[in-house]
Amino acid sequence: MSLNRKYIPIVVTILLFLLMFTAGSFRYTGFFSLQVLMNLLIDNAFLLITAVGMSFVILSGGIDLSVGSIIALSTMVSASLVQQHGWSPAVVIPLVLLMGAAFGCGMGAIIHYFKIQPFIVTLAGMFMARGLCYVISIDTITIDNPFYTSVAQTKIALPGGSFISISAIIALIIAALAIFIAHYTRFGRNVYALGGSEQSSLLMGLPVARTKVLVYTLSGLCSALAGIVFTFYMLSGYGLHAVGFELDTIAAVVIGGTLLTGGVGYVLGTFFGVLIQGVIQTIISFEGTLSSWWTKIVIGLLLFVFILLQRVLSANRSSLKQ
Amino acid sequence: MSTQKPILQMKQIHKRFPGVKALSNVNLRLFPGEVHALMGENGAGKSTLIKVLTGVYSIDEGSVEMEEAPISVQSPLESQAAGISTVYQEVNLCPNLTVAENIFIGREPRKFGRILWKEMNKRAQEILSERLNLQIDVTEPLYMYSVAVQQLVAIARALNISAKVLILDEPTSSLDKNEVQQLFRIMEKLKQDGLAILFVTHFLDQMYEISDRVTILRNGEFVGEYMAKDLPRLDLVLKMIGKELNLLEELPSLAEEYKDSLGEELVKADGLGRKGAIEPFDLSIHKGEVVGLAGLLGSGRTEAARLFFGADKPDSGKLIFSGRSEGVHTPREAIGRRIAFCSENRKTEGIIGDLTVRENIILALQAKQGVFRTISRKQQEEYADEYIRMLNINPPSPDHLIKNLSGGNQQKVLLARWLLTSPQLFILDEPTRGIDIGAKAEIQKLVLSLSRQGMSFLFISSELEEVLRVSGRIAILRDRHKVKEISGKDMSQHQIMQAIAGG
Ligand SMILES: Nc1ncnc2c1ncn2[C@@H]1O[C@H](COP(=O)(O)OP(=O)(O)OP(=O)(O)O)[C@@H](O)[C@H]1O
Ligand SMILES: [Mg+2]
Repeated sequence: MSLNRKYIPIVVTILLFLLMFTAGSFRYTGFFSLQVLMNLLIDNAFLLITAVGMSFVILSGGIDLSVGSIIALSTMVSASLVQQHGWSPAVVIPLVLLMGAAFGCGMGAIIHYFKIQPFIVTLAGMFMARGLCYVISIDTITIDNPFYTSVAQTKIALPGGSFISISAIIALIIAALAIFIAHYTRFGRNVYALGGSEQSSLLMGLPVARTKVLVYTLSGLCSALAGIVFTFYMLSGYGLHAVGFELDTIAAVVIGGTLLTGGVGYVLGTFFGVLIQGVIQTIISFEGTLSSWWTKIVIGLLLFVFILLQRVLSANRSSLKQ
Repeated sequence: MSTQKPILQMKQIHKRFPGVKALSNVNLRLFPGEVHALMGENGAGKSTLIKVLTGVYSIDEGSVEMEEAPISVQSPLESQAAGISTVYQEVNLCPNLTVAENIFIGREPRKFGRILWKEMNKRAQEILSERLNLQIDVTEPLYMYSVAVQQLVAIARALNISAKVLILDEPTSSLDKNEVQQLFRIMEKLKQDGLAILFVTHFLDQMYEISDRVTILRNGEFVGEYMAKDLPRLDLVLKMIGKELNLLEELPSLAEEYKDSLGEELVKADGLGRKGAIEPFDLSIHKGEVVGLAGLLGSGRTEAARLFFGADKPDSGKLIFSGRSEGVHTPREAIGRRIAFCSENRKTEGIIGDLTVRENIILALQAKQGVFRTISRKQQEEYADEYIRMLNINPPSPDHLIKNLSGGNQQKVLLARWLLTSPQLFILDEPTRGIDIGAKAEIQKLVLSLSRQGMSFLFISSELEEVLRVSGRIAILRDRHKVKEISGKDMSQHQIMQAIAGG
């Protein structure tokens, strides 16, 4: 079988990543190393975790704009409880995860049972979560709890003198788990079916309500986890953390080859979508003279190209085959 | 058989939608080991009855009993669990998933919660090839296949659910003769296994061939339940439409009288072909002529039509239009040349569900005129009313959302849309699919009378009788080749069958 058309976007994404990485390696000394690769994961662990959750949402045909705010709220709740109230991280972390999941679950339920567009509901969720941050505190809360600082500083040595962080490992595990869920579980396949056609899913007797609510729950959970990882990374809680982050996340998913209309795409694509964003940042920092806003410009261009590519591919879809 | 108790019984069912009384006082009894046909005109309420039974819609009034115990089904999921397996009208599958998944989703073979893809693909392949005689790659996404294949996949899905009641809402509308026979063989077998089957069709022959019992609906009302063998054809039609139907008998003569006189050549395919779709072929269509395309499913009928419309790019030959040699490259150009194409794929390529009937009718004309020359509201209403009357669209209100119309009525709206653009060449791909007998005759009559006024048609249909009735000339396709062209006296069912079979 020749290269199946459905794999084209993901292959393009992977090739693009390899191309960028190779180009960087030729251009800058010290670029081609395992450590640079690891840094991509370390610096983008929270993006990867959020984007995994977002992939499911977009695959189901929805969108979740609340992810950035949930991250901020998670950092805030963590910092406040650990730092100001002296709670143990062993209690705080599960609590924050639960909070994120519950928040997502609530939005999913509203979307499904009141038949309101996900865009609107999660936009409201975004404002609400962001607002709640300021109810806790309007200032940054710095964390110096030994658990958080030690997780932040732990470097796990890899062969060849490079290292990886705990956050990056968490992100990798989440991504692997998500690939499994998307491909090998009924829930995962129901998400694809839902994105393909909600009406048909219903008539085929699939649990549409449960799947939809679960998708947003999962995204909320991933965002909360990303918030925790972000806390390790920043060692602070702040209401202005991760502003506009939902758009980075959506960009990563789309560059990963997932169709915004739902039903088509792969979590693995999202993984490379995140790496591509990381590699652009790395190249720009190696370049030295360029402003970091160039990252946005390049990502903007890439998004455009990918959406065009998908357009072209889906235009071909109508040609039949017997 | 009739001494048995019904396995499923619906009593005094009422269902109303805003502004429409879809069902009133309808009864239905399904017996094990019987095929029960549900008959009625477009919009009679057949699909609605099925949908209230399977929990897609709620029941306003009335009761449902299964094996003598009352049941209340709230969703298709629950109806599956209760032992009712359903193929709804129109294909309701997920085009983005593979064929195998569409058959299995919700019931995938698993081990420790992990889906076994290999096993699933293998079993899907087996079901399709052994039961439906269909050899396709089940790992391809469903959208790659034609409506007919999708229909077969939907049937395969339903067969794969072990059920006590099997419901098939117009399963044969996009199938060809062989496939229908194949399906009937399966139904016979399931019948012997004691399944109760509910079957909806607009083909009287099919009804008589397979059914034991018939329930007839008219305008949402229960007309009666009869044994098929005790119900003469004329009575059946009379009960369905409430009046005598004699349109069909008149038709052949209409076709005969005009067949000889040919106008000038309008368009000619000169070695037109596309790899993998249709081998190069020649075909000319004259002004005022109806050219039929006959052949089995997958013989390249739709593919040939798409080339005429510029929907696909040919990789050999060209389309010569009124003597000029430049071809038609895009649907836009085709529309500019006043070619219209009514696709077989009404659900994905045709109707826009959330627009009203009027807006759907006006769509193509507006697109042709461009956005700046809007059609006034008054004009729109006039057009809509005209075509609603002409094609007998039910309910006769231009402001209904088209998604709420019955399947057959949606098809009529599509025809109206293209007729309104007054095309020179009208390509009709399965135009009468899902249309009741009365309306079918109306459409055939319409084709003939328009062709007399100079409109040309390329007419594709799986129903040979229909192609024969309307066409002045028939091109026969087999395995993506044009194998024969017949016209005038040569045209007979026998001739076509032979050419199709490769004799
Ligand atoms: N969701 C809905 N909302 C409003 N009206 C509806 C809806 N579904 C069906 N109807 C109306 O109910 C009536 C019965 O439709 P139904 O689809 O049951 O007809 P049908 O007998 O299946 O016809 P066909 O042979 O064309 O499929 C029609 O007048 C239709 O317009
Ligand atoms: Mg119907």
